[in-house]
Amino acid sequence: MFKAIGKQINIIWSQIVSLWLVFLHLFKKADTVEYPDVKPYMFPRWRGRIILTRDPDGEERCVACNLCAVACPVDCISLQKTEDENGRWYPEFFRINFSRCIMCGFCEEACPTHAIQLTPDFEMAEYVRQDMVWEKEHMLIQGTGKYHDYNFYKVAGKAIGGKDKGEAQNELPPVDRRSLLP
Amino acid sequence: MFSFEVGSLLNIALVLVVGLGISVMMIWVERRFLGFWSDRLGPNRVGPFGIFQVIADAIKMLAKEDWIPPFSDKFTFVVAPMILPIVMLLSLGVIPFAPGIGIMDLNIALLWVFAMAGLASYSTMLGGLASNNKFSLLGALRGAGQMISYEVFMGISLLGIIILADSFSLREIVEAQADGWFVVPQFFGFIVFMVAAIAESHRWPFDLPEGESEIISGYNTEYSGMKFGLFMIGEYIGMFVMSALIPVLFFGGWLAPFGLEFGNEIISGLFWMGLKTSFFLLFFVLVRAALVRPRYDQLMNYGWLVMLPLALINLLITGAVVLYQAG
Repeated sequence: MFKAIGKQINIIWSQIVSLWLVFLHLFKKADTVEYPDVKPYMFPRWRGRIILTRDPDGEERCVACNLCAVACPVDCISLQKTEDENGRWYPEFFRINFSRCIMCGFCEEACPTHAIQLTPDFEMAEYVRQDMVWEKEHMLIQGTGKYHDYNFYKVAGKAIGGKDKGEAQNELPPVDRRSLLP
Repeated sequence: MFSFEVGSLLNIALVLVVGLGISVMMIWVERRFLGFWSDRLGPNRVGPFGIFQVIADAIKMLAKEDWIPPFSDKFTFVVAPMILPIVMLLSLGVIPFAPGIGIMDLNIALLWVFAMAGLASYSTMLGGLASNNKFSLLGALRGAGQMISYEVFMGISLLGIIILADSFSLREIVEAQADGWFVVPQFFGFIVFMVAAIAESHRWPFDLPEGESEIISGYNTEYSGMKFGLFMIGEYIGMFVMSALIPVLFFGGWLAPFGLEFGNEIISGLFWMGLKTSFFLLFFVLVRAALVRPRYDQLMNYGWLVMLPLALINLLITGAVVLYQAG
């Protein structure tokens, strides 16, 4: 019988101990992040708002190759190529429907010029559904985004105004076939 | 009519306004303190420190659709949530807050409180039965079993106090504690009554009738809008009544510890009573934050096989000691 009483006292004592331990949590700091007064920290590779970036020289990087539109699993990108007077390709319009976009980052991985990038910004809520379709002027920024010194046209072999074939970085000039004849 | 004697209009207005006000503010207090004890913040947006959350909750509850299920028993469905706040407010009327403050001064006040607690179990049972819903039926059955069996030793645990104070009237019980609070000789009675008080007002860890994670919401599954609001208010008023009753019965009511009275008798009484009641209200919230819910058969075993013998042994020893000391 004393064992039963001892067990009951043990049970009641353990409840009292748990009451005391929970009471001590009153003096610990809360884990709540008080948004919107305090913004949470997102890591640099976090896939948030999509931007279009520019070269270190200030020209826009996007060459309207359509690789991002093809890679997109929900087909939310639409664009159209046009050329400028130097023969450099650029998009006439570039439209992303953010109500479809799933922020997967496939477009960033597919882009050959590091033009389209995803940033750690998530505050993109809108009231009107049509406002969720963003044009190029909403996404084009003046800077270089996450990749600071990549200039596609300097390493590509295409001849545009101001740069002939053979004048890119790490590129040898084209071989003159006729001078190799025995 | 406007004097500070029991039963005057000023008294009735004061006790009702303050009592209902505190019961309603308990919504905010409970959510805030549950947050603090869970390492998070409770509601702190709506007013300064979130005090107006209560008003927001009240507006939400009034604006919800008040739907009576067509498969239910309509009269009982509507009547059941009315019973709980009415009964709890009636038991609020006999609690002595200070020497001149109170609504009724019955000389059977303790029996009145037990009668009201007994009627409160009707609300649970009728609400669950009238809903015509399996989960509500489970909640009602659990509620019926739990409330009736925990009322048994709620009464027996207080018989020791009645022997020591020689009266059923709550005011005389408070005055009989002038030379020693009853928690010291009646410690086991205190523990048993505390457990029974938590069970009677459906508080966690005895909230099996409400379920909340097992039976969706127990007996108040089908209730929405103001009917659910009445159940909730009735539960909070019941919690306030129990937290005001424990100091009155065991901790000296309005009497100050070590004779630390100050000022007017009424003001000192109100201050100490307020302090003790708020301590027990926070203790109820802490119990909700800290303890786990037992299984239903564990709960019934605990009531009948542990608490009831403890209450009976307490009564036996108290009676024996009093008879021995009386010669």
